Amino acid sequence: MSIAASFEIEYLQYLDADGKLVRNDLPEFARDTRQLVELYKTMSFVRVFDGKAVALQRTGKLGTYASCLGHEAAHVAIGSAMHVDDVFAPMYREYGAQFVRGVKPREVLMYWGGDERGNDFSGPAHDFPWCVPIATQCLHAAGAAMAFKIRKEPRVAVSVVGDGGSSKTDFYAAINMAGAQTLPYVSVIVNNQWAISVPRSAQTGAKTLAQKGIAAGLECLQVDGNDLIAMRTAMDYAIKRARHGHGGMVIEAVTYRLSDHTTADDARRYRPDAEVKSAWEREPLKRLRNYLVAQNAWSDKHEETWKAECEKIVDVEVNAYLEAKVQPVEAMFDYVYAELPADLQEQRAQVLALEQRKH
Amino acid sequence: MAQVTLIEALTMAMAHEMAKDPSVVVLGEDVGVNGGVFRATVGLSDKFGPLRVIDTPLDETTIAGIAVGMAAQGMKPIAEAQFDGFVYPMVDHIVCHAARFRTRTRGRLSCPLVLRVPWGGGIRAPEHHSEANESTFTNVPGLRVVLPSSPSRAYGLLLAAIRDPDPVVFFEPKRIYRQYKEEVADDGEALPLDVCFVLRDGSDVTLVTWGAQVKETLEAAEALAKEGVSAEVIDVATLKPLDFDTIHESVKKTGRCVVVHEAPRTAGFGAEIAARLAEHAMYDLVAPVERVTGYDTHIPLFRLEMKYLPSVERIVAAAKRTLAAS
Repeated sequence: MSIAASFEIEYLQYLDADGKLVRNDLPEFARDTRQLVELYKTMSFVRVFDGKAVALQRTGKLGTYASCLGHEAAHVAIGSAMHVDDVFAPMYREYGAQFVRGVKPREVLMYWGGDERGNDFSGPAHDFPWCVPIATQCLHAAGAAMAFKIRKEPRVAVSVVGDGGSSKTDFYAAINMAGAQTLPYVSVIVNNQWAISVPRSAQTGAKTLAQKGIAAGLECLQVDGNDLIAMRTAMDYAIKRARHGHGGMVIEAVTYRLSDHTTADDARRYRPDAEVKSAWEREPLKRLRNYLVAQNAWSDKHEETWKAECEKIVDVEVNAYLEAKVQPVEAMFDYVYAELPADLQEQRAQVLALEQRKH
Repeated sequence: MAQVTLIEALTMAMAHEMAKDPSVVVLGEDVGVNGGVFRATVGLSDKFGPLRVIDTPLDETTIAGIAVGMAAQGMKPIAEAQFDGFVYPMVDHIVCHAARFRTRTRGRLSCPLVLRVPWGGGIRAPEHHSEANESTFTNVPGLRVVLPSSPSRAYGLLLAAIRDPDPVVFFEPKRIYRQYKEEVADDGEALPLDVCFVLRDGSDVTLVTWGAQVKETLEAAEALAKEGVSAEVIDVATLKPLDFDTIHESVKKTGRCVVVHEAPRTAGFGAEIAARLAEHAMYDLVAPVERVTGYDTHIPLFRLEMKYLPSVERIVAAAKRTLAAS
């Protein structure tokens, strides 16, 4: 027998769990500590926001909320590596990426607070909305990439899916299409080890999730998803080659879901505390902070000042969300079609009449 | 003016719109060099190239999901579901996304795609190639569900569907793809969506139908006329949103209504029309509404399929029952 094809999956890490450099080929952006500090500050802001959002849910001021605790490095790296013209297709917890792209925290709260206006967000108007049906966003991103190819636009589409989502037809279909058409599409699998209660080991027999891209003809890389420098390096590379017509890429960001799946979940039912405890030792903020402190670019004082600043910003956002008036009742009709069909006008009038009788 | 079949009229409409609007693209299985298994896209690949007439991988989920993504980013994709029975893997993307993007984003994004679905039985095809599954989509807010029944309406309604700013599921009655030719001018004139077409005026009974059954229903009206019964025939054309006013006006005049469709009866779209007549036209009716439909069974394989589909005989008998009742 001869070999028909062979492959290997590389793993990328710059900072170990303690924040020590494990490679000496630091990329350009990471040599500029000011830029790293800005990224760290964004990650740190996301964590403050996330904690506040969970607290709002616990006190009945927010609906079910999907926390992003532990995903900050992966998400902020994705957002910061993209151009504003690129298209982002998130699942539903990539706030770090979206804040970098201009989405306001109050808009995240609006969505989980039961108001569609959250998805009419301040980020790029072409970005896809939050996507609840698992992995369907992958095909939307690949479709966007197809549009860019047809129109010869130097733009890239990026989607995020979880380890569980990478089991779905749509994930495979999207990378398959990207391979068949050489699309400018980057599929990021944020592997946080848990799909609600089902562990990564029950999703697939594949040794890595990154290697799923091999079958589609894409370049693949596994990255330490808790290492901002590695994640950003991988994203820069994937986006650059996609933009230059070299096709799609699958990036597996290995991280850990430090929170419950959503506020409606209780992860203590299915995973051992010891596992979570050990995951906290590898979490993304600590290692970047340690690195920046070692570079004399950050200090406890900076940390304290910035945390206080984050609290203030988040409070303003929370208040804006809490003070937003409920949409008028007829809003449920007003975006179903570009123009309300005659057939729906009677129902809209009924709802309005019912509402007016109450006042 | 060209004499064209229904399917040629569809090709003509797509070619017209693709020449006029660079954002219009066609995608599906075998739509490229092969021109589609029914030849609906024949010649388009030569004219517009493989980037606008895209042979996708053999996966319906891909076709629907890619179409949604393209439509949300400024393209006007026309996706082909090779056969009605293969549409189910597409439903997730059409129902959860195409139909909801405008609502979900408060109008920031929309999804102006057309899903073309060769539809219905009567062509002696294998299993899963003969489904009348329009009701899968008529309960979905945000969609238009359109079914042409002649070459000129195929041309005009497909143009309207492509130009519509919202997603349209465009069912094509494949049984009458090549049944007859009609003069259709390639003038880019669309027909209105959301309206019924009155195909024959009558005063005794209203026959309401769509798609391939327009043929049998018109024949039934002709047979009834020979017996002195004047039947009005309405082609609903756009099932959703429904132009109930046209149906109601007709029933005000005739007092009788027979709804004809080849989909199974229970929760078929005829049930919606009958319910609306009960709500709004009870006192105009002089006889119970009749439905002539497929049975609540799977459409049989082709040795029996013509016994499943509504026949002229069944339509005439139903019309006569409404006349006997009053």
